[in-house]
Amino acid sequence: MAVRETVETAGRAPAGTKRRLPPEVSILCVLVGLALIFEVLGWIFVGQSFLMNLERLRIIILQMSVIGIIAVGVTQVIITGGIDLSSGSVVGLSAMVAASFAQEADYTKAVYPALTGLPIIIPVMAGLLVGLAAGVTNGSLIAFTGIPPFIATLGMMVTARGLAKAYTRGQPIGVLQDAYAAVGSGLWPVVIFLTVAAIFFIALRYTRYGKFTYAIGANVQAARVSGINISRHLIKVYAIAGLLAGLAGVVTSARVVSGQPGMGVMYELDAIAATVIGGTSLTGGVGRITGTVIGVIILGVVTSGFTFLRIDAYYQEIVKGAIIIGAVIADQYRQRQRKKA
Amino acid sequence: MLSPSTMRIVRESGAVSNSEFLLEVEGVRKEFPGVVALDDVQFRLRRGTVHALMGENGAGKSTLMKIIAGIYSPDRGSFKLRGQEIRLASPLDALENGIAMIHQELNLMAFMTVAENIWIRREPMTRFGFVDHGALRRNTAELFARLNIDLDPEVEVGSLSVANRQMVEIAKAVSYDSDVLIMDEPTSALTEREVEHLFRIIRTLKAEGKGIVYITHKMNELFEIADEVSVFRDGRYIGTHDSEDVTRDDIIRMMVGREITQMFPKETVPIGDVVLAVQGLSLDGVFHDVSFEVRAGEILGVAGLVGSGRSNVAETLFGVTPANSGSISIDGKSVTIGSPGTAMAHGMAFLTEDRKETGCFLKLDVLENIQMAVLNKGYVTSGFVTQGVLTKDCEELSSTLRIKTPDMQEPVLNLSGGNQQKVLIARWLLTKPRILILDEPTRGIDVGAKAEIHRLISKLAGEGVAVIMISSEMPEILGMSDRIMVIHEGRVTGLLNRDEADQVKIMELASQ
Repeated sequence: MAVRETVETAGRAPAGTKRRLPPEVSILCVLVGLALIFEVLGWIFVGQSFLMNLERLRIIILQMSVIGIIAVGVTQVIITGGIDLSSGSVVGLSAMVAASFAQEADYTKAVYPALTGLPIIIPVMAGLLVGLAAGVTNGSLIAFTGIPPFIATLGMMVTARGLAKAYTRGQPIGVLQDAYAAVGSGLWPVVIFLTVAAIFFIALRYTRYGKFTYAIGANVQAARVSGINISRHLIKVYAIAGLLAGLAGVVTSARVVSGQPGMGVMYELDAIAATVIGGTSLTGGVGRITGTVIGVIILGVVTSGFTFLRIDAYYQEIVKGAIIIGAVIADQYRQRQRKKA
Repeated sequence: MLSPSTMRIVRESGAVSNSEFLLEVEGVRKEFPGVVALDDVQFRLRRGTVHALMGENGAGKSTLMKIIAGIYSPDRGSFKLRGQEIRLASPLDALENGIAMIHQELNLMAFMTVAENIWIRREPMTRFGFVDHGALRRNTAELFARLNIDLDPEVEVGSLSVANRQMVEIAKAVSYDSDVLIMDEPTSALTEREVEHLFRIIRTLKAEGKGIVYITHKMNELFEIADEVSVFRDGRYIGTHDSEDVTRDDIIRMMVGREITQMFPKETVPIGDVVLAVQGLSLDGVFHDVSFEVRAGEILGVAGLVGSGRSNVAETLFGVTPANSGSISIDGKSVTIGSPGTAMAHGMAFLTEDRKETGCFLKLDVLENIQMAVLNKGYVTSGFVTQGVLTKDCEELSSTLRIKTPDMQEPVLNLSGGNQQKVLIARWLLTKPRILILDEPTRGIDVGAKAEIHRLISKLAGEGVAVIMISSEMPEILGMSDRIMVIHEGRVTGLLNRDEADQVKIMELASQ
C-alpha cells in the first residue's frame, strides 16, 4: 500500500530519530571551560592551581549558597513567565526579623528584651513566615489586580527594604545565640541549598505543581482553558519564591551572626542572572533547576577566579554583566532555532 | 543574473517588462536539517491571473512561498522575475521588487492607525522632515477607493475586526505597487460575506494585471477565484491545471494520492437523553437569551458569521467568561459554571478556536500538551503525577488519532497544523468528556486530517458524547450535524433539523 505510506509520512516532523541532549550539557561546558581558563591563567600568573584547592572550592560553593537558595525560587517564577525583583530585600527583612528573635538570653539591649533565649525554631520560623508573607503578597497582587510581576515585585523590593530599615531604625541586630549561628556555619548553607534544589527539581519534574508551572509560562490562555486555576497557582509560585528568600535571610543572618538592614542588596539580580545563565527562558515555559544550580556555580567561579587572579572587583562586575548578556543572547538564539526547526 | 537592487532601479525607472510570466521558478530544492522540504519544484505565475496552490499541510506550499517572498533562499534551482534571473536576499528585496506576501498571521501594529500601518517606513514627509499626516490620509483614502475598501484611515488597527485587518494588509501590499501578491489562506478567519468582498478585491487586482498566488485548503474557493491550480505533495510538484479543467475529486486525488470517498461521515447513531440544557443564557453586550439542548450521541452544529457571538456562547458554557443570567443544567440538574475547572468537573471539554493562542503549549512537547488538562481530574497521587500510566495512555491515544510525530518528546511547535489539532483533541479525549464543545475543529488543516477528525467526532457521538460543533464551513456543518443552531448578532435566529437544513436557509438566518 504505497499510498498509505505517503500519507503516513506526510508532514512528519524533521529528523525523527535524533536524540536531544539535555540543555544543561552546554551550560556545563561553559562552567568547565571557565574553570579551565582560570586554571591555566592561575599557573601562568599566580603560579598555583585554581581547582586543586579544596578550601577555594568550599568557599565558592558556600558564598553562592544563599544566591542559590533564592535562585531556586526565582527560577520557578521565571518559568511562569514572571519575575521576582523583591528577593534581595526580602532577604534583608527576613534576616532582621529572624535575628530579633534569636538574641542571647538576658541580653538587656535586645530588640524584644522579654523574648530572648528562645528556642531557635522560633527565629527560623519567623524569618520563613516573613518571606512567605512577602511572596503571598506578590502573588496576590499579580493574580488579582493584574499588574505586571515586574511592577508588583519592584514595589515589594522597595517596601521590604524600607521595612527592614524601619524595623530597628537602621540599627543592626547582634548578640545572637550560638545555636542560631550554627544554622549558617560550616557547610550547612550548602546542604540547605542543595536540599532545596533537589526538592524543587523533583517538584517541577514529577508533580502536578510543576506541570502547571510550565503550562502557565508556555501559554497562560491555554492553561486557563485546560482548567488550571491561574490565580491560585501563581500565588503558590510566588509564595514559594518568597519563602525561599526568607530562608536565605535566615541563613545569611546566621552565617554573619547578626541582622543588618542592608543584607541581600542586589541578590535578586544575581539570582536572576544565575537562572538565565542556567538556560531558563525569560519568556517563560522553559527552564530547569539543574541549569540554575550550574548557573549559580558559574557566577561563583567567576567571582572566585577573579579574586584568585587578583583582578579588581570592578572588572568582575564588568565580566559578570557580559556573561548575563551572553546567556540571554544564547537563549534568543535557541528560541530562534526552535522556531526554524 | 540581475542583482535585486539593479532590478529595483530598472523597475522604478518605469521600464515595463513584457514577459508573459511574472514569476518562473524551476528545479527548486530546499533542505532543512534532516528534511527535504522541496525537491525539484516548478511554478509559473501568469500576469492577471489567480494561481491557487494546494496540498496537505507539510506539502511544501508555504516553503515555496517563503522562497518567492525572499524569506528563505533556495539551495538549488532557477528563479526568474518578469523574465529576468534574480536572487532575492531578504523579504525587503522581494518587496522592493514587487513581491508582497500577506501572511496567515497578520503583521500589523495594533496601536497605530490604518494609514500609519500601510505607509510605515515610507511616510510622506513635509519640507521640515515631519510626517505629512494630510498626505498620509489622502494616499490611504485613494488606495482604499481603488480597492473598494470602506475603512477610516485614521482608526487604530487594534480596534478592527480580523477581516478588516486583512483588508489593511492587502492594501499595504498593493501600496508597494507589487505585481506578485501572495496570500496564505486569506479566508481562514473570514465569514462568507467578507470572503465575497475579498474576492471582489482580488478580481480588481487581477484586472490591473497583477498575479496572485493563493494558498488555500478550501476547494470551493479554488473554483470560484482561481484560474490555475498547482498541487504539491510531500515537497514535490505534482501538476498544474486550468481550474476549469479539473474537478474537486481530481484535486483531492492529486493532493493525497488516494481517493476520499466520504468527506463528512456522520453516522446515524441512536440519540439518547438530554445531557446539556441551556435556558435564557446571556452575557451583557455579547449574546442574549440563548436556549438550546443537546442529547447524548447528538451533534449540534452552530453556524453564524464570525463575530455573531457563537464562540462567546461556547466560552460562557465552559466558564471562561461566566454568564450574567440564564441557567445551565446537566443531566437535568441545574449547575453553576464559574470557571473552566468546574465545567470540566461536569464532564465538559472545549476545543478552542485558536490553536496557537488558546490551545497549544507550543514550547512544550507532545506528551505535556496531551496530559495537561487531565491532571486536575486524575493520574495524580498526593501531588505526584503517575507518569508511567499517563504516558502509556497518551501514547495509545496518540496512535489511535494517528498523530504524526517522531516521539512524544517532540515540541508541539514542530508539528503540522493538523497534527497540533489532533494533539489538542487528544488532550480533551483523555479527560473522557460527556459534553464536547468544538470551535472550528478543522480550521486550516489539510483534507486528510480533516476527514480523520470528522470520522473521530462521529465516532465519539456514537459512543454517547453530546457534541456542540461551531464551524464556518458550510459543508462541515451540513454534513456533520444532527441539528443546526444559527446565531446572528448574539441571538439564536433558528434551529434546523438535519433534513430541512441547506446552505441558503442557514445563510439567510445568519445574516437576516
